[in-house]
Amino acid sequence: MDLFEYQARDLFEAHDIPVLAGAVAITADEAERAAATMGGKVVVKAQVKVGGRGKAGGVKLAVDAADARVKAEAILGMDIKGHTVHKVMIAQAAPIAEEYYMAILLDRANRNFLVMASVAGGMEIEEVAHTQPEKLARVGIDPNIGISREKALEIVKAGQFPEGVVSDVADVLLKLWAAFVAEDATLMEINPLVKTEDGRIIALDGKVTLDDNADFRHPDHEALIDHASTNPLEAAAKAKSLNYVKLDGEVGIIGNGAGLVMSTLDVVAYAGEKFGVKPANFLDIGGGASAEVMADGLSIILGDTDVRSVFVNVFGGITSCDAVANGIVKALEMLGDKATKPIVVRLDGNNVLEGRRILNEAAHPLVQQSDTMDGAAAKAAELAAK
Amino acid sequence: MAIFINKESKVIVQGMTGSEGTKHTGRMLKYGTNIVGGVTPGKGGQSVEIEGKTLPVFNSVAEAVAATGANASVVFVPPKFAKAAVMDAIDAALPLVVVITEGIPVHDAAIFYAHAESKGTTRLIGPNCPGLISPGLSNIGIIPGDITGPGRIGLVSKSGTLTYQMMYELRDIGFSTAVGIGGDPIIGTTHIDCLRAFQDDPDTDAIVMIGEIGGDAEERAAAFISSYVTKPVVGYVAGFTAPEGKTMGHAGAIVSGSSGTAEAKKVALEAAGVKVGKTPSETAALMRAILNG
Repeated sequence: MDLFEYQARDLFEAHDIPVLAGAVAITADEAERAAATMGGKVVVKAQVKVGGRGKAGGVKLAVDAADARVKAEAILGMDIKGHTVHKVMIAQAAPIAEEYYMAILLDRANRNFLVMASVAGGMEIEEVAHTQPEKLARVGIDPNIGISREKALEIVKAGQFPEGVVSDVADVLLKLWAAFVAEDATLMEINPLVKTEDGRIIALDGKVTLDDNADFRHPDHEALIDHASTNPLEAAAKAKSLNYVKLDGEVGIIGNGAGLVMSTLDVVAYAGEKFGVKPANFLDIGGGASAEVMADGLSIILGDTDVRSVFVNVFGGITSCDAVANGIVKALEMLGDKATKPIVVRLDGNNVLEGRRILNEAAHPLVQQSDTMDGAAAKAAELAAK
Repeated sequence: MAIFINKESKVIVQGMTGSEGTKHTGRMLKYGTNIVGGVTPGKGGQSVEIEGKTLPVFNSVAEAVAATGANASVVFVPPKFAKAAVMDAIDAALPLVVVITEGIPVHDAAIFYAHAESKGTTRLIGPNCPGLISPGLSNIGIIPGDITGPGRIGLVSKSGTLTYQMMYELRDIGFSTAVGIGGDPIIGTTHIDCLRAFQDDPDTDAIVMIGEIGGDAEERAAAFISSYVTKPVVGYVAGFTAPEGKTMGHAGAIVSGSSGTAEAKKVALEAAGVKVGKTPSETAALMRAILNG
C-alpha cells in the first residue's frame, strides 16, 4: 500500500524523524483553520499518489490562513494525471538552505534492502543517478545486520553530504531504518531532506510503501487505507477476499492462479483487437474455487456495467474441474435473474471430462464451453463486441 | 536424472499436522515422494497416519534430520510462523527447502534468504510457489502429479497455474523437472539458477521459461542465457495488459513506472535468442517445433 504524503509525515513523526508541522484538510475551511493554528506562511499541497503534482499546480505557498483557504479551494477537486484531489496537506513553510535525498527500499534484484543517499536532492533520483552518479551513495543492507552508526556515517559521507550535517543526517538514516523495519515498509523515501537556514535537518516530503503481506502484525495500518478513492468494485471484491483489479475493457475475466489470469488478460486482449474489446478486470479466485467463491466472483463481475461477456478460464490443478463446474452452476442459480451476460467457460486439467459433462447437462442458456484458452478468448471477445 | 530432486530425496513436511500440510502430504505420498516425517513445534513425539503411512512428528528440523536422514523439506506453515520454520530448516543445514506458503512478509523473506546465503548450505525454493516435480521420481509441493510424465523438457516458472498449463500443453513429450520458483518479490532459487541446472543436466534437452511482470529477473535471465545456455530455450511472459502500479495477484507482479513491463522482458529474451510465444499454446508450439527439429 502506498501512503499519502501526510500519512508518511505522521509515520515519520511517530518514529522520531524530524518533520515540520503538518495537517490534512478535506475542505477549504479545514485548511484555513489548520493554517491559522500553525501561523505564518504555509504550503498547501495536493495529496495524490502520483508524481509531478508541483508542475501540475498542486503545490502552492500561502502567505496566511486566508490565503491558505483560497489556495486550498483551487487545489481541492483538481485532477492530477487522472487522480482527483480529495485532500490537501497544510505544511509549515520553512526557509530552506539545502536539499538532500535519502531513501531505503526493497532491492528485488539483490534480494536485500538498498539505502540511497545523496547531497543532490529535490529532483528525481533517477536524474541524479544519471547526471551526477558520484553524488549518490547506493549501499545494500543485510537485514540480519542492519545499519550501525558507523555504517550510517559511511553512507552519508559517500553521498557527499557537507561535513557540518553528516552526523545529523546519519541520525535521520538510523531512525529511517528503524521505521522501515518496524513498519514493514518496502519503500521509505525522503525527498527533499532539507537543511533549514537555521541549520536543522528536516524531512520535508516523504513517500512510503507498506507491505500488505505484513498487515497481520500491523492492525494500525488498516486506518491508512484510502477507502474514498478505492474503486467500489475493488472494495466489494476485497470484502469477499477476492483478488480483483478493475480494468477498462468489456470482457469480464475469472481464472485461477495469478499467472494464468494475467495470461488470460493478454490472450483476450489479442483476440479482442479484431473486435475492439479489451479485458474488463483481473480476478484470481485462487486454488479453492468453491461454488461460493465462484458466485462471489461472478456477481462482482456481473455488477460491472462495462462487462458485456465473461470468460471463465480454469486449469484444474489441485482444484478439480467438476467442483468448478458445480460452482458455476450453483453460482448461476444463486444469481438468478442477475446473471444476464454470456459466459464462455474453458476447463482443463484435473477431472475435466466430468466438469464439461456437468456444464453440458445443466445447459444454462448463458453458458457455452470452449476446449482451448485461445478459442474461448476469441469467443468471449466476439460476444462482447455484439 | 533431474534437477534439485530425485528418487533419493527424503522429505520432511513442516506444518504437516495443519490441514493444508496433511492434504498435500497425502498427495505427495500417493505420487511416490519419499516423505519421512513432519515438523510441528510442540507436537514432537506424536505420529500421524497419512495414506496408510505412519509418519513421526518432530519439534525441530534438526531432530527430524537426526532421526530420519531427511535432505529436503517442504513448508506449509502459515505466514505468521513461516519465518521461524524456514530459519529452523536453514539452521539444520537442510540442502533443499521448498516454501509453498503464500503471504509471507517480504522483510521475513529477506531475513531468511540472507541467512541461507550466509550459511551457504541450503537451496531455498519459493516462497509463494507450487514447488517442483521430477516426473516419475519425486514431487515436492503442490504440482499435480498426473498432468504429464517423465521427458526431456525442463521448465521454470514464476506461476503455478501457468506451470500446470504448460505441462499440460506438452504432456505428450514430458518433463525432466518443472520448477515453480514463486511470484514474490524476494525468492530463493531464480530463473538463472534453474537455467544453469537444466543446461548442466544431461537429461534435459530444451527449456521452457515462464516469466511475468515485475522486477528484472527475466532480463537478467536473458543475459545469462546469452552467456551460458546452449540448449534451446522458449519463453513466455504474462502481463502485457497489466496496468502500471497495480499488483496482479502475486505480490511481486507489479509494473512500477516503466520498469518490470512484459514488453521489456520479451525484448530482452528475444535479444538472447529465446523464442517467445504470444500465448501459452503458441509457446508450446514453438517448443514442439524445436524438438521435432
